[in-house]
Amino acid sequence: MKIHEYQSKRIFEKYGVPIPGGDVAVSPKEAYDIAKDLGGKVIVKSQVLVGGRGKAGGVKLANSPEEAEKYASDILGMDIKGLTVRKVLIDEASNIANEIYLGITNDREKKMPVMMVSAEGGVEIEEVARVTPEKIIKVHINPLLGLQGYQMRDIAASIELPRKNWKEFGVIASGLWQAYNNSDATLAEINPLIITAEETLLAVDGKMLIDDSALFRQKDIAEMRDLDLETESEIIARENDLAYIQLDGEIGCMVNGAGLAMTTMDIVTLFGGTAANFLDIGGGANAEKVSAAFRIILSDPNVKAVLINIFGGITRGDEVAKGILEAIEEVKPEVPMVVRLVGTNAEEGRALLADADMITAETLAEAAQKAVAVAKEA
Amino acid sequence: MSILVNKDTRLLVQGITGNEGNFHATQMAAYGTSIVAGVTPGKGGEWALDGKVPVFDSVKLAAEATGANASVIFVPARFAADAIFEAADAGLDLIVCITEGVPVKDMMRVRAYIDQLETRLLGPNCPGILTPGEAKVGIIPGNIAIPGNVGAVSRSGTLTYEVLYALKEKGMGASTCVGIGGDPVNGTNFIDVLEMFENDPATDKVVMLGEIGGTDEEQAAEFIATKMTKPVAAFIAGQTAPPGKRMGHAGAIIQAGSGKAEDKIKALEEAGVRVAKHPEELPDLLG
Repeated sequence: MKIHEYQSKRIFEKYGVPIPGGDVAVSPKEAYDIAKDLGGKVIVKSQVLVGGRGKAGGVKLANSPEEAEKYASDILGMDIKGLTVRKVLIDEASNIANEIYLGITNDREKKMPVMMVSAEGGVEIEEVARVTPEKIIKVHINPLLGLQGYQMRDIAASIELPRKNWKEFGVIASGLWQAYNNSDATLAEINPLIITAEETLLAVDGKMLIDDSALFRQKDIAEMRDLDLETESEIIARENDLAYIQLDGEIGCMVNGAGLAMTTMDIVTLFGGTAANFLDIGGGANAEKVSAAFRIILSDPNVKAVLINIFGGITRGDEVAKGILEAIEEVKPEVPMVVRLVGTNAEEGRALLADADMITAETLAEAAQKAVAVAKEA
Repeated sequence: MSILVNKDTRLLVQGITGNEGNFHATQMAAYGTSIVAGVTPGKGGEWALDGKVPVFDSVKLAAEATGANASVIFVPARFAADAIFEAADAGLDLIVCITEGVPVKDMMRVRAYIDQLETRLLGPNCPGILTPGEAKVGIIPGNIAIPGNVGAVSRSGTLTYEVLYALKEKGMGASTCVGIGGDPVNGTNFIDVLEMFENDPATDKVVMLGEIGGTDEEQAAEFIATKMTKPVAAFIAGQTAPPGKRMGHAGAIIQAGSGKAEDKIKALEEAGVRVAKHPEELPDLLG
């Protein structure tokens, strides 16, 4: 789950990372008041969950509360990569002497977190990683030990941080690690961590991603979920525990199991069609889930045919068939449907569906070919 | 012969009194797996599976009383890491964690700890292991595979069933089928299983089912090219998956240009692996 810059920075601050004074405004008037309290010279930053806010005109330096009010009025309501700006962060402006990148993420290969640091902060770290990977210093963190003092000193030395800032840096690095670890983050990054003209360190931008699987024990963070980010279909999917991703093709897919759901999309493409979505109804799916899945698929106006591919294991074919029949009753679909049921209770499922107006298939390839054919006719 | 589990496996089930644990323990017993104990803290002294399997309060007590050497875990995600630590500390040889949705932080801590021990962990978020005709540990439906000489290893559940079923339809059977799971941090990876198949006299060829995310398939390709003599056929799921999206499995995501299906397919083909365009082609590629 993504959280906003201001939310990430507030979490960092709890763990001792210094951040600029500031607050969130939802109206130009509020932006004016906050800027006035901060002394006038502020940065107005759109709070949307996409990168490239600055390039899109969503970050502005204001020299007075009046300017802050004007910029807030420009930025609030702005569309950045399809997302509407509903909040702006008004931060005290800082005098930047130098910019550093400091971040933590999980290294899948090494199966442990890795702290990454670069003396070239302020730019996209992926870009630095691609062009000059030698400029990124990586230090792995043993999850049973946590970040050690010597590791922080090594990092400070390797980016040639002035010695007078080492202690401060230690507090920040250790705070970032604790924020990361205690929040079940999969990314925590300060970019840039600046050295101010006054020669102190300050985290002026922050970003965090949280492990969805850990939200049960991160209740405060779970409440930060931005519903604006989700479409209605995505909300129905989440509430019904379905893994759903909308794509832009024509064949709606309903499958059990993530690997098989990806394979179904792939095979539809292989036979000349396009998938409208990825949808995994999961193990042990019941009629209710199947019905929700159906509603999601059919709410997509691009869908010209539906392909249902169920390999019964924990999921039983007759349960799925019952869900399909219930959903047909409720949604009254007008697009053709191709069904393939194999495995546990598939016979019973097929018998239930015999009277419904559906195209059946034996193999995965046959099902995909039939779905592609009927979608083309439509 | 087979790998990881066989008719001598003495299995205990963690979470045997829960819905899923009970259902699958019943299925495993019906398949012929020797289930010697169940563990549910607070329910020690009860009996599961119609009074046939004793339930203990801890893995240690269960292992001491019954000589169990393997465990399969069906506990909820929030208790999964604790269950794995418990089984590892009780000295079991094999731990199979079926549970989906275990926080990645928990799994990194698990790996950092059990890598120092002899215990092998499979999963989490995996369907388990099936040695047709001998034993099944986990949730793979027993009737979709017959005994044979093909070793199967996969990151997925139902896609694996699909392939076992396609093999069976062509009269081909499996020596052992291993689901390593769909999480980004898991206990056993492709290379571990490929090495076991290479050394298993009952396995003559191997089918490998990968998917987008991470670089395990690329590492497997390197291993196949340099260390394996047995032929391998593969399929990689997610060739049409968009970048940056988690495709159901926590580990199935293309990040910063890494983890793409085309890179994995290229690496495998360069290693001499025959890569199928779709899973129903695999039996023919194995010949």
